[in-house]
Amino acid sequence: MNLRIVPVLAIASFLTACPSPPPKQQAGGTDAEGRAAGRAPALTVKGSDTMVILSQRVAELYMAKNPGKTVQVTGGGSGTGIAALINGTTSIANASRPMKASEKAQVLQRRGAPATEYPVALDGLAVYVHESSPVQALSVQQIAAIYKTEITNWKEVGGPDARIVIYGRENNSGTYSYFKEVVLEEEDFAPETQTLPGTAAVVNAVSKDRNSIGYGGIAYGSGIRAIAVKKDADAPAVLPTQENVVAGTYPLSRYLLMYTAGEAAGDAKAFLDFTLSDEGQKVAETVGYYPLPKKEAGTAPAIPSEDAAAGE
Amino acid sequence: MAPADEAALKTSKPTTPAVGPRPPIPGLRRRQLIDKLSAWAITAVAFTAIAAVVLIFVFVVREAIPLFTDAEIREEVTPMGMVLPQPWKEGAEPSFAWQPVSTRPKYSLAPLFLGTLKVTLVALIFAVPLAILAAVFSAEFAPRRLREVVKPAIELLAGIPSVVLGFFALMVLATFFQSTFGFHFRLNAIVAGVGLGLTIIPVVYTVSEDALTAVPRAYREAAYALGASKARTAWSVILPAASPGIFASIVLGFGRAMGETMIVLMASGNAAIVSWNPTDSVRTIPATIAAEMGEVVVGGAHWSVLFFLGALLFLVTLSFNSLGGWYVARLRKKLGGIPA
Repeated sequence: MNLRIVPVLAIASFLTACPSPPPKQQAGGTDAEGRAAGRAPALTVKGSDTMVILSQRVAELYMAKNPGKTVQVTGGGSGTGIAALINGTTSIANASRPMKASEKAQVLQRRGAPATEYPVALDGLAVYVHESSPVQALSVQQIAAIYKTEITNWKEVGGPDARIVIYGRENNSGTYSYFKEVVLEEEDFAPETQTLPGTAAVVNAVSKDRNSIGYGGIAYGSGIRAIAVKKDADAPAVLPTQENVVAGTYPLSRYLLMYTAGEAAGDAKAFLDFTLSDEGQKVAETVGYYPLPKKEAGTAPAIPSEDAAAGE
Repeated sequence: MAPADEAALKTSKPTTPAVGPRPPIPGLRRRQLIDKLSAWAITAVAFTAIAAVVLIFVFVVREAIPLFTDAEIREEVTPMGMVLPQPWKEGAEPSFAWQPVSTRPKYSLAPLFLGTLKVTLVALIFAVPLAILAAVFSAEFAPRRLREVVKPAIELLAGIPSVVLGFFALMVLATFFQSTFGFHFRLNAIVAGVGLGLTIIPVVYTVSEDALTAVPRAYREAAYALGASKARTAWSVILPAASPGIFASIVLGFGRAMGETMIVLMASGNAAIVSWNPTDSVRTIPATIAAEMGEVVVGGAHWSVLFFLGALLFLVTLSFNSLGGWYVARLRKKLGGIPA
């Protein structure tokens, strides 16, 4: 009975050879503005892939509350978003890194107004070890060396004489990209890194493995301990508490930013205000980021970029 | 039905042979038509299943083709680059690496193939002896009543969702193995393989059991007549006679184990290491597809490579399953046992 499938398959493989290659669709398409141009004025938000989900969720909520308004969110990376802001093809640029001075100068030159930065949420990750581990603090460089298997034994970083078991996240997660970017400085993880789906899986694995290390969102679970991280060998060790993350002293955290050319006005201002409102901040929390500390949230704290102003 | 419709039917079906010289049975044509239509409909449903298989294959292969034709993708990955070890950095030794998200994406298939094979072999080594011995027991030794309990119980294993088995392997088996043997990797090919073995035990058991019971009675009677004990008969007569069927069961189990996703995704650690050591963590092809498909650029190199892997997996498991199925069918015919 199964044999009958064989000629059918032969036909199938023949058929596949015939059709022309499929139309190639790029996710995070770059033609969003083009599409937007044809329709009623839509607010475009473009940039950091890390922030796509956040902006998308906020936009859905915003559009539900404000019928008739359209917000188009696309990814592409922080650099892409900033480039689009410079070229005037997006109203808001999402960036998970601060703009460089040169980029700010370009915005001022091309758009005639200084880039304005709005922090919208905080992103950070913790490095965990088993709760019984004597290791209390590691520098960013030591963590990187562990994940590149340049350090393979805990005794090299002040722990017991035992091989380090390393856990990480799957390569489709934002946490993976952030860790790779900030800790490994774009170098590859060692092949020995065991990749698990989700922070919960990493926390669970570390809690069951005395000699392991893992990373993920700043979560608290039983059986694990988040270690204090030093920016470099001589810097003070900082624990990933909410205060330290918010104060910016914890090295593995960053602001997620939105940029506009000039002060945000009209639709862009309405959307930014909504992102910074309690509702918007709640979305940030549900997608795994930290809301801004209370004093910053509520109203959009327009921080006109100093570098650009100095360049004037 | 209105008479007008009857007339329409008659004209549309002029070739229907008349039912002899007797007066026609009222409504016979209509019933014949309904019969025919139902038969067609059922056939169409049956072919839908085959069409689904074909369409899935067509779709998967179509997405993988740009790997060989698209210039942009070929810049990022070449077929040679997937097969042969590459010097990934200037002056570095050529090696295999699976790092699709990287400043220089690395798509060696070797770690994934090796991982899949390793886990599958562990699963077979664990499951096949257990399943075959269980089949021998229930076919040859078990009293009828016990057999009626054992057989459905083992087959019930097939009904456990693989995510549950994966969770069991992750939480229970992994801890047990690590505390017993002290493996460096808590999640490794052995843990995943044993978890996977649980899914193939019912496959191997059912087919082997069928093969054993299909051995003609005369074989047993001849052995007993020569004074052989029950164990001797089972070992020297029944098992060899059923060996083609048992072989087929192993082939089927292999195909099933290779394509299984959830258990290995959860319990293998998913580290793409090139080694034959079963206590190392492994990354398999199905787990890679499941883990990475969510966020790739549609139509990009990574996307095509994943579909290519899917097509290969499809072909391998399909050929193993067809081979096993064909063998089982042939065997049943030959031994004149249970009709296929």
